[in-house]
This record gives sequence, C-alpha cells and structure tokens, in this order.
Amino acid sequence: MSLKQSVLSGRDQKPFSWRDHTTLIGFLALFLLATLIGWPDFLRARNLITLLRQVSYTGIIALGMTLIIISGGFDLSVGSMAAFSGGVAIFAMNSFGADSSLGLVMGVLTALAFGTFLGTVNGLLVTQFRIAPFIATLGTMSIYRSLVIYFAQAGNIESLNRGYSVIGSGMILGLPVPVWMFFILAAVLHVFLNNTRTGRYICAVGSNEQVARYSAINVNLTRLIPYTITGFTVGVSAMLWSSRLNCINPSDCAGYELDAIAAVVIGGTPMTGGKGSVIGTVLGAIMLGIINNMLVLAGVSSYLQQAAKGVVIIVAVLLQYKK
Amino acid sequence: MPGKPILEIQNLSKDFSGVTVLDKVSLSLREGEILGLIGENGAGKSTLIKIINGIHLPSGGKLLLEGNEITVKDPQNAKKLGIGMVPQEFNLVDSLRVFENIFLGSELKSGGFLDKGAMRQKSREHLDRLETRISVDARISALSVAEKQMVEVAKAIIHEAKVLVFDEPTTTLTQYEINILFDLMRRLRDQGVTLVFVSHKLKEVKALCDRVAVLRDGILVGVEEIDQVDEQKMARMMVGRELSLLFPPKRPPAIGPAVLEVRGLTVPGKLHGVGLTLKKGEILGLAGLVGAGRTELAEAVMGLRLPEKGSILLNGDEVEINNPRTAVEKRLGYISEDRQGRGIHLSFDVMANTTLMSLKRYAAPFLDKKAIREKTKEYSEAFHTRAPSLRAELQYLSGGNQQKVYLSKLMDINPEILILDEPTRGVDINAKSEIYQFIHQLAEKGLSLVVISSELEEIIGLCTRVYVLREGKVTGELTGEHINEEEIMFYATGVKVMEQV
Repeated sequence: MSLKQSVLSGRDQKPFSWRDHTTLIGFLALFLLATLIGWPDFLRARNLITLLRQVSYTGIIALGMTLIIISGGFDLSVGSMAAFSGGVAIFAMNSFGADSSLGLVMGVLTALAFGTFLGTVNGLLVTQFRIAPFIATLGTMSIYRSLVIYFAQAGNIESLNRGYSVIGSGMILGLPVPVWMFFILAAVLHVFLNNTRTGRYICAVGSNEQVARYSAINVNLTRLIPYTITGFTVGVSAMLWSSRLNCINPSDCAGYELDAIAAVVIGGTPMTGGKGSVIGTVLGAIMLGIINNMLVLAGVSSYLQQAAKGVVIIVAVLLQYKK
Repeated sequence: MPGKPILEIQNLSKDFSGVTVLDKVSLSLREGEILGLIGENGAGKSTLIKIINGIHLPSGGKLLLEGNEITVKDPQNAKKLGIGMVPQEFNLVDSLRVFENIFLGSELKSGGFLDKGAMRQKSREHLDRLETRISVDARISALSVAEKQMVEVAKAIIHEAKVLVFDEPTTTLTQYEINILFDLMRRLRDQGVTLVFVSHKLKEVKALCDRVAVLRDGILVGVEEIDQVDEQKMARMMVGRELSLLFPPKRPPAIGPAVLEVRGLTVPGKLHGVGLTLKKGEILGLAGLVGAGRTELAEAVMGLRLPEKGSILLNGDEVEINNPRTAVEKRLGYISEDRQGRGIHLSFDVMANTTLMSLKRYAAPFLDKKAIREKTKEYSEAFHTRAPSLRAELQYLSGGNQQKVYLSKLMDINPEILILDEPTRGVDINAKSEIYQFIHQLAEKGLSLVVISSELEEIIGLCTRVYVLREGKVTGELTGEHINEEEIMFYATGVKVMEQV
C-alpha cells in the first residue's frame, strides 16, 4: 500500500491542522483588530461585559439553532417565538398580581415552557407533516408574531412584578446573568452534542437521513429534538430579554433569526448539516458583537453595521468552502 | 493486430497531500483495442482514469494524443479531445429526457436557443449506432440501469470519441445486460475506438479485453496480451503474492431448526406472496435478476418496508416488525447493497460509524469514548481495515475498507440473523476473499446468514441452499449440486418455474 498509515498502529488522533480551527483563528484575528482599532476602550472590562451581554440574547438562541442546522433543519421563527414567549410569560406573571413571588416563578416557568412548546410545534410541522423547514417556520414566524401583537393590542406588555427585572439586569461574580446563562447553556449543549447518544444521532440524521434510518435510528424523533431544544433556548432568551426592561414590545426580537443563523454559520457549522460546533457558535456570536462594537468605537455610522455583518458572514462561508 | 498508438501516457505521477497514489506510470493505448485495467482498490486505477478525463491534474508526466502533447483541463475538455468516460456512478439527471442528458453541457444551439430538433436527431443517430431502442424522449427515471448506462455511453461519444473509458460498468448489471454491453464494446472497438475497461472481475477482463494492464500500489506492474495470462496470473499480479482460495470450503448443509420463516409476504408491486425459511447456522442465497425483489424482501423483513400481507416468524413465533429498531432488537441485521447511500456515513469517522447502531451500549448516559475506541480498534484489527486513523472520515477510505467498517457496525449489534445484500460490490479481490472467510466464520459461530448477490459465482461459492426470485416471486429453491449458473439462470429468467408448497 502506498498508504503506509494503518489503524493497526493504534493512532486515533488526527494530525493538527489549521483548517480545523479557522473559527478560532478568525476570532483571535478579529479580537486583535478590534483591540487596535478601539484602543484602549475596547479592552476595558466594562466594554467587554456590555459586549457579551448584548450578544447573549441571540447567542443563546443560536445555540439551539446550531443543533437544528446540524440535524439538517432550519428555523426562521425564533425571533417571533421569543417575543411571543416573553409576552405570554408576563401575562402569566401579572395574573398572580403585582410583585407576587409565586407569579415570578410562574412567569419564568411559563417563558421556558411556552418557548419549548412553540419550538416543538415547529418540529412537529417538519417531522410529522413533512413540511420543508424553511416553509414551516416561515409560516410560524408570521403566526407567532401576529399573535403577540394581537394579545398586546399593539402596545407594550408591561410587567407588574418589580422582582422580575432582577433576573435580566442582575450580576453574578461580575458578569451579567444573561452571560452566565449563555455560557452555561453552551457548555451543556456542547456536551449534549458530543458526548451523548442523541447528539450523535442528530449528526447522523443531518449527515445522511437514509443511512440513519437504515441504522435503526428513530429519524423523526431525532429531527424533532433540536426544534424542542431551540424552543427552550428561545424561552430562556425571552425571559432574560423581557425581564431586562420588565416589559415586552410586540416588535421586540425581530431579526433575531438572522443574527442566530449568522452566529452559527460564522461559527463554522455548515448549512448542509451533519456536523458542527456549539463552541464555534459561541465564538461566532461574540464575533458579531465585536464587529458592532469595533465599528461604534471607530465612529463608523451605525447604518453600516449590517453591511459589515454581511461581509463577515460571506467571508466565513467562503473559508468553509475552501476546505 | 497491434494498431498504432493513440493515447500515450508517459511517466504520469500523482500525489495527494504528499501521498503518492500514482508513480511514473507509462502506458501506450493502441487504436482499436480493448485494454483491461485492473488492480486492487487503492492501486491507482481511478486516479489514472480521472487524470485521463481531466478530473484530476497530474503531478508529473505527460499525455500524448496521436503524438501531440495534450493538457486535459476538465471532463468537457476531454470529451472535445475525443476522450470519453462512462462513470461507475451515473451522472444523469433523472427528471430530464434522454436526448437532453446526452447533450447535457454540450447543448446544440441555433440563434441562442436550444436546437432540440438537432439534438433529438443526433441522439437518435448515436443510440442507433449503439443498437439500442431507447426513445430519445424517455425520461431517465423511467429507464432501467442498463438503459441508463447506454445513455451514458451515448453521452460519452457525442464528440467522436477516440478513447472511451468504462469504469466498472458491470457492477450493477445482470448477466444478460452484461452480454449486451460487451457486444456494444466490441462493436465500438471494431469501429476503431479504443476502450479501457476498468474492472474487478477477472473473468470478464479475460473474455472481453485484448490486453490487460495491472496496477499495484500506484505502479504499473505489467501489461500483457490477454492470451498470455489467465485469471490466476492476473490475480497474482494484482496482489503481488499467491492468492489463497477465494472461497473457503463449503459448509455441510444446515439441519438446524428454522430461525426465520417468511410466509406469503406481499408488498404491492414488489413482492407477491414470498415464502422462505432460514435455518440456524445456514448460509442461504437469494439469487435473481436486478429488480426481482430480493432487496425489497430483505427490507420488508427488516421493517424498512411495510408489507400488505404475510407473516414473519422468528424461532417459530410470529413477530411484528414495523420499523428497523424492532428488527435490531430482535437481533436481525441488514447490510444494504447501497453502501454509501444507506450503509455508512461518509462524513463520520471510523469510530462513529462502527458504533452508531450499538451506541446505547456506550452511553451511560455520556458516551464512553475509550470503550468506543477500544472496540473499534478490535474490529479494525480483526478485519484488517486500512485507514489513516480511527478518526479518519469514511470518505477517505477505499470501497473495501468502507465495507469492512460497515460489517463492523453490524457486528457490533450482535445479530443472530444477518442479511448481506451484495456484500462485495465494488470491493477488491483481496477484501472479497476476506469477507467470504468472515461470512463462513459467522456461520460457524451459529449465526444464520442470507446472502443476496448478482454475482452468481458468489452465490455458488458460498451458499448451501439458494432461493431464486423472479418478478417478486420465489421461482426456485436449489440445493447441493443444483446450485450452478445454469439452473439459477433458468429460474431467474423464467425458463424453469418451481411451484412452491
């Protein structure tokens, strides 16, 4: 054999390759660039903490989105879903009266449960009714948004519970609560994806659904789970967002789906599914934040921020295809 | 009758990221000959023909076409130079018509619009030249595998092909279709076209070719006139050593109890009241032409297709198998004929593939990666799987090694009954022999096996009992000396029919 290597030698490590770490390299390069451009303000703790807080709302959603995209699916409805879950949570909380601590608990649980429910609805449309993910979630994106506007009668849904705002604006060990939630959920989903059976099945279904079916994997259930998890992460994000201002405006969180998908793509998860990285998504989300922050510090018009984001997405995808 | 050289390959080399897969190969193709190109998987056959067709660029050496040095940039360019290829996996668009496929990428135009009339006309002429009666307006999806291949041939010769490469063209064909193809190839040769026949089937090479070139480890080890070699010699040249017998000695007929019994199984349009029994420790063959319902039968047993009628009994008890999970729980395993489309994940590494079906055992609830590695290593050693590492993705392994990983994957669910559908398709002779040995060992250990194969040699060499299927029905059951090519073909083609009790 000209291929002299053999598994018999017991090698089970891939040789190190820079190509496997393009996201990390990109992240470090961008960080360095931002440090130079934004010197010295960028590196100030206050600035970095604000940056992390800003990215954590969409970042948390992007974690679930990573799993959906790995499984070969897609979800456009997460922004509407966040507003809807947040609104319903505040409704639930208010129904227990002002400043009720039971109401506080119920509000939090409602946000999580309702998000999970809406995500599951998306998943069922895709798996049971066999609607293409793009179409199904385009539909629910519209439905969820419309319903929250209807319930709010086009005004703000304001919380009567002053304790609620502590969650969104609180700090633990110097870091905002949303940032903690972002990192903790990322760690949990990273382990879920790489170290559990279901995580492996999600990759298998996304890589080749037929092979997964022939391998006795419950394909429908496996495709449903990422939507349900995303619903949960949307619920978490909705809770954090609504508690920050202690109210929800029905137009809140519009465009979150694009930021979430951008974070996933920049993080190196291919849109074709089958593989991907939760940690990559965390880096991707933070990179989006760095770009915004850098442009602000450099005094670039905020109208150009979206253009910069677009360029980064395209460059990230180009780098992936070069592999 | 040695013709003048048409395509000269001089000192051609190719390496992929530092690994040499083709090492200074020099070979001269003559006008109007059929040259067999053989070698084990990974010997460099595919690389060589891909360079000739412009899919890969060579790292060194040159190509001369009729004495002039050429650079083949891409397959379209190759076609224009007169070098065509009939690929192993067809590149046809199912939803388009025959003539549209034939001219795909080389569309004829008049005044900026497609000239469908001319394309129909030319396609008709090419298909006539190949003496087939396929309609130029038929949709590809309506054609049989053999007809699709004819379309591929027609597509390859639209620019007056001088050299035409066939990459393992007979893998998915029945014997009847193979004969038609060979007639076609001989006719093209007599018209002065040079044909390259890449194959694993030495018998076919011997029957069809004028010369044979043998590659081993990227080196051309010899080019021989076909009457100077026999199958043994070709095999020795390929492997570089004496080959042990391809098939292990046959096992005595199984006399144990029936472990699997299928009664009156009906899948609309595919199977009509099929019945069979499988005994413990038996190697049972399922023969028949492509499309006879063999794969459908296996899939119905595995819960991958829901039968309309009929029953399945395991160890005498009727069972209901509605999905593959139940089948695996009942310790049934199925190796699909479509390795890359249904069997393994090309983007997964050796470990992830091997343990995918048995993953429950390694999850507590977190995956025990050490146990996964140990187990995978065990299988790799037992099967002599060659891979750069256990972390290598399957897309970088040869067909034979992919198949070994696929077998490992199924072995890891500890099946009692294993159905192997074309277990050696696209696998080189060395790996083939290893797989046969392995099937025997399993039977010896008491597993019951069903072997589905279009290669009669395989059925005859392995099985102690054979069912022949035709058009979704069991038409014959053969044992002992009745298991021979003639008998099987009689039942498979409907010359003989046996009434089932």
